[in-house]
Amino acid sequence: MSSDEVYRRIYDNPKFQTLVKKRGRFAWTLSALMLLAYYGFVCLIAFDPKLLGTRIQPDAVLTWGIPGGIGLILLCFILTGIYVQRANGEFDREVRQILEEAGQ
Amino acid sequence: MKGFSFSWRALFGAALISAVPAMVLADSVNGEVHKQATNYIAIGMFLAFIVLTLGITKWASARSASTKDYYTAGGKITGFQNGLAIAGDYMSAASFLGISAQVFTSGFDGLIYSIGFLVGWPIILFLMAERLRNLGKFTFSDVASYRLGQKPIRFLSALSSLTVVAFYLIAQMVGAGKLIQLLFGLDYLIAVVLVGVLMVLYVLFGGMLATTWVQIIKAVLLLSGATFMAVMVLKSVNFDFSALFEKAVEVHPKGDAIMGPGVLISDPISAISLGLALMFGTAGLPHILMRFFTVSDAKEARKSVFYATGFIGYFYILTFVIGFGAILLVGTNPAFKDAAGELLGGSNMAAVHLAKAVGGDFFLGFISAVAFATILAVVAGLALAGASAVALDLYTHVLRGGNVNEKAQMAVSKGAVIVLGIVAIVLGIVFEKQNIAFMVGLAFSVAAATNFPILFLSMYWSKLTTRGAVIGGAMGLITALTLTVLSPTVWVDVLHHQAAIFPYKYPALFAMIAAFVGIWLFSVTDTSAKAKAEREKFFAQFVRSQTGLGASEAVDH
Repeated sequence: MSSDEVYRRIYDNPKFQTLVKKRGRFAWTLSALMLLAYYGFVCLIAFDPKLLGTRIQPDAVLTWGIPGGIGLILLCFILTGIYVQRANGEFDREVRQILEEAGQ
Repeated sequence: MKGFSFSWRALFGAALISAVPAMVLADSVNGEVHKQATNYIAIGMFLAFIVLTLGITKWASARSASTKDYYTAGGKITGFQNGLAIAGDYMSAASFLGISAQVFTSGFDGLIYSIGFLVGWPIILFLMAERLRNLGKFTFSDVASYRLGQKPIRFLSALSSLTVVAFYLIAQMVGAGKLIQLLFGLDYLIAVVLVGVLMVLYVLFGGMLATTWVQIIKAVLLLSGATFMAVMVLKSVNFDFSALFEKAVEVHPKGDAIMGPGVLISDPISAISLGLALMFGTAGLPHILMRFFTVSDAKEARKSVFYATGFIGYFYILTFVIGFGAILLVGTNPAFKDAAGELLGGSNMAAVHLAKAVGGDFFLGFISAVAFATILAVVAGLALAGASAVALDLYTHVLRGGNVNEKAQMAVSKGAVIVLGIVAIVLGIVFEKQNIAFMVGLAFSVAAATNFPILFLSMYWSKLTTRGAVIGGAMGLITALTLTVLSPTVWVDVLHHQAAIFPYKYPALFAMIAAFVGIWLFSVTDTSAKAKAEREKFFAQFVRSQTGLGASEAVDH
């Protein structure tokens, strides 16, 4: 069997189509979340700079901006973690199964 | 309507301040610096680093015989190691000094800058990393040319990669020379020659394996040093964050303002343009993309980005604490200031002075040596990426049509490394007194407007053809270069004309539009038989990119 036929057989497998859709949706959702969070942060700075500079408690200097900014850094890490967890587990298992069904 | 337009100005202005100074600060040390007294502790530690890394290079040279070993370390780097190496490639010396200096002078704004540098990484993971690893073998041009014409695509991607490498390298060399003058008290010329020679040695003999380990060691040293500083800062306030902020606000000349965004609104177009350059430029830098082929499969490639994001994010949090620590421990200490009350050596020295304040001369020497090691790791990665463009793309595919023996190919690689080293030293010397602030911005813009569009569309768009990719990519490259020359950063700051012909600082927005529109237009109007064949090959590429079937590791075994 030529490699093109193998590729064709995988492509025609409904499991492959389901996986591609599922993984694509997941990846684009996380990307959208990341962009929204970042540009949301940037928007806050632009439209209402005072808000991020507002104290969380009136008697302490800590402002909303500090946990917000640090939170954004943590979000990058958490979202990449979520993606890797699912892609290296669930998605990779399904890929292996699809490859096995194609005789690979 | 007036209110609306004002809001958008504000929005994009904020995007601009979130990135511009970091761009300038983070990747090159600019302006006049004063040579410091010779620092023997720093030099001693740096010599120890050199001995260790040259030892590794010797060890690696025995394991870098084949092309695959030379360019990808045999694909045997683990995800964790590669994550550290990517972090080592990305955290430049000046981003350590620059971002902490930014926090030192304006507090919260420094945090905004560093976030701009981090947000591209998750996007690279979600949309590119696994496809890249599944399709490529040595470099990103393997992916871009997967189903397209090898010669034209590789010619263009080599051209744009070499442009990126050249400008990035000059910026690093000049930055290195100045930094070393500042930290070690060595002559600029000696510093530049030393960096160039060491870079050539690592890459020439140790290939990707040595380069990777230099980057890993540097990342570990930098992260440990920065962690120590941050812990010492927190110890000085009894590990009480609110006390840290409380005291900083008390002693900082800007007072309460350091706890929130300081507003510096500039023009909106430059702002979007720079945001695009940062985010998509990272996804188009040849030396960064090359790192994805050093791991065995897509699984490890994903892990690499996860760890890299963690290390880089952690590093930025440390620089934030270090900057605040510098406000407390450096800003209030007259010993670190000159007669005018300015920081000795300039504001970029905040972290260096803090190192002395928390760890004495010994730790100051350590941090200085780490800063130097940092530059070496970055330039080694660049040199390897440049050599791969010459040997694998230009020589192997463009000149020889893919028919080469491994020995000749390796000889060309090694020749290219030596030439790159000489060129880097010469340009480093030539540009010593020049204003090089535009160079890193240009490198990111070219990467975002040429490498990224071709690479992204080759993986995602089935209708892409060679004609579209070459014409559109070339339009992106030419637009990025031309607009940079006509922009204020070159036309006014370097060429000393009165006013700039192109009013915005960063060309990425326009160059990316040119590239994407060009690629789209010249692809959809391509009705040749070749174009049809290229489109038909998409489905096989798509299956491989999604499943890893036929990916380079599997083929080689």
